Amino acid sequence: MSETGAMADTVSSASVPVMLGAKSYPTALEWIARRAEALVIPLAALIVGMALFSLFIALVGKSPAQLYETMWRGGFGSWFSVQNSLSRAAPLLLAALCVALPARLGLVVIGGEGAIVLGGVAAAAMGVAASGAPAFFVILVMGVAGLAAGGIWIGAVGALRHYRAVNETISSLLMAYIAIALMNHLVEGPLRDPASLNKPSTEPLAEAYRIGNIPGMDVHWGLVVGIIACILSWLLIEKTRWGFAARIAGGNVRAAQVQGLAVGPLIVGFTALAGGFAGLAGMLEVAAVQGSANASLAAGYGYTGILVAFLARHNPLAIIPVAFLLGGMDASGGLIQRRMDLPDATVLVLQGMLFVVILFSETFYGRFKAFNPDLWQRGDLLKRPDLLKGTA
Amino acid sequence: MDATEIGLWGVPLAMLGGAIRVSTPFIFVSLGEAITERSGRINLGLEGTLVFGAMTAYAVAVITGSPWLGLLAAAAAGLCFGLFHGWICRFRGVNDIAIGIALMLFGSGLAFFFGKPFIQPPAPDLPAIPFGGWSDVPQVQAALNINVLFLIGAALAVFLWWAFRNTRAGLILRVVGDSSDAARAMGLNPNTVRLIATGIGGALAGIGGAYLSLYYPGSWTEGISSGQGLMAVALVIFARWNPLGCFAAALLFGGAGALGPALQSVGVTQGYYLFYAAPYILTLVIMIATSSPSRSLAGAPGELSITK
Repeated sequence: MSETGAMADTVSSASVPVMLGAKSYPTALEWIARRAEALVIPLAALIVGMALFSLFIALVGKSPAQLYETMWRGGFGSWFSVQNSLSRAAPLLLAALCVALPARLGLVVIGGEGAIVLGGVAAAAMGVAASGAPAFFVILVMGVAGLAAGGIWIGAVGALRHYRAVNETISSLLMAYIAIALMNHLVEGPLRDPASLNKPSTEPLAEAYRIGNIPGMDVHWGLVVGIIACILSWLLIEKTRWGFAARIAGGNVRAAQVQGLAVGPLIVGFTALAGGFAGLAGMLEVAAVQGSANASLAAGYGYTGILVAFLARHNPLAIIPVAFLLGGMDASGGLIQRRMDLPDATVLVLQGMLFVVILFSETFYGRFKAFNPDLWQRGDLLKRPDLLKGTA
Repeated sequence: MDATEIGLWGVPLAMLGGAIRVSTPFIFVSLGEAITERSGRINLGLEGTLVFGAMTAYAVAVITGSPWLGLLAAAAAGLCFGLFHGWICRFRGVNDIAIGIALMLFGSGLAFFFGKPFIQPPAPDLPAIPFGGWSDVPQVQAALNINVLFLIGAALAVFLWWAFRNTRAGLILRVVGDSSDAARAMGLNPNTVRLIATGIGGALAGIGGAYLSLYYPGSWTEGISSGQGLMAVALVIFARWNPLGCFAAALLFGGAGALGPALQSVGVTQGYYLFYAAPYILTLVIMIATSSPSRSLAGAPGELSITK
């Protein structure tokens, strides 16, 4: 068989702007309307998803009102639970960037879990190897090790995608499984602390090398690192020429190449940075939470991060509130289990439903006249034919 | 003949037996995915369907006492997941890959939610046929104790290979997969064909899940699938969307998956976790070797987003 249909070029009719009448000047209302779409549709989807989940909970014979009340209490209702949610949001911020940055290039990378795991192992190994040095230096080395391990892992996914046309979605997830196997091998073999009996771990970090809490809060500094990473990513995408080039390449690789953009280095650079952030999340889990690398690194942050990124529509600034929201959902899982006698997977079901509804909501973009001032104008023209005089 | 006397011969023998045991879910999931992908869509959610199928089959088998009813329930559950994927992807702007990822998480979450009470009680197994009765060596007997689902899977692969080429349904599937426009010109509705193809694919993945929980490993746990559903998707690409290729690739993957336990059975425990990663590494290596940046894959359905 030959290369059948590989060049099927389709032009979406939705992308053609409606040009009618004289040029109008954007008013404040039009400015708001154009931007409201990106806020109203995800929020509506969130509400619909939660309503569907209420139905599900009612069908299994529990009270949805009590569930949401418990979820509020467990995730957001008190200063204690807010701090718990923020602690869980920290790795989610970085894991979500691992999805959102490649998404700008049109890539669907879902193997952030692997970068988290390897970043954690690399950081733990370096932390133990460098013990004796000043704390600031050791933590810096650990951070660089986490960044590098994750960056190489996901950067390889990007390189395979560009230079060998290997599908990045499948390869990244396969590499996540390989990373977890590699971690198990290292933690149970060469890097194992002989003192860890029940739960094989690397040697524990000295107390001086642990990352502490933000003053006045029971939340570690990883939250600040995550928020800074999100802001930097937003600046990278929106305000630099690399971000601009990435958006062009994400729209159409061939067009970008014709424009002389170095698409290969762009893809490898973005995926490596994305993986580096996920690796940093692993380093923070080791240095601030676990104290050593062990199987708890594969806690599913990489997978929840996918949902965070899609909910935020791959906008790094939107990732910040969404990560807090999902961190709170995760945090409330234990309370839901105890109070309502529901399985701990309840939160997973809710997240799965939200994910499906959010993706379904993509179909509504560009369908509502209220969000498209160009169409308002056409409506005016149709209502007042006298304005059309002279244009015919 | 003493069992220990066969020594290192135990490794290839255990791998053969393991390949047959481990490959069965791969066969069903990859055949299902082959049907779906031939119609021009990709369903990454089969991983979630597999886990949910495993849970459904086990739960129904525990309650009714019949593994066959469990198998049927798993297929029905898989059909529902597949139809849902097929239905939701017909809307403009809905991405089939992303929906697959969402259904992967949703299917697993739902399976864990409903599967909690079924982690403890034992369920009846699907029957196996002992083909190794002629031999006195227990390892040979163990290797040739073949489950009926493996045989059904092999027959299904041959049937699909024939049906893709020689039946009207096969032709319709291939036309829709290669060009939506051509299909519409023939008076076919691509969305309906894809809905059916994704539904059948889901049902087959559900059967693959039933095999996991009702035969090998033979119990329901939350870690029952270790990415088989996803590897099967990669395997279909490697097999060039050919059902016979899917069958051969599934055996190869099964053998790779059986490498770790086989070595362990003769006392090699060094690097167990690295051998455990063998199927993933094999999948990745094959994907790298068979992909090319300068040409599309031979035999690829033209409408398939993943090969563009």
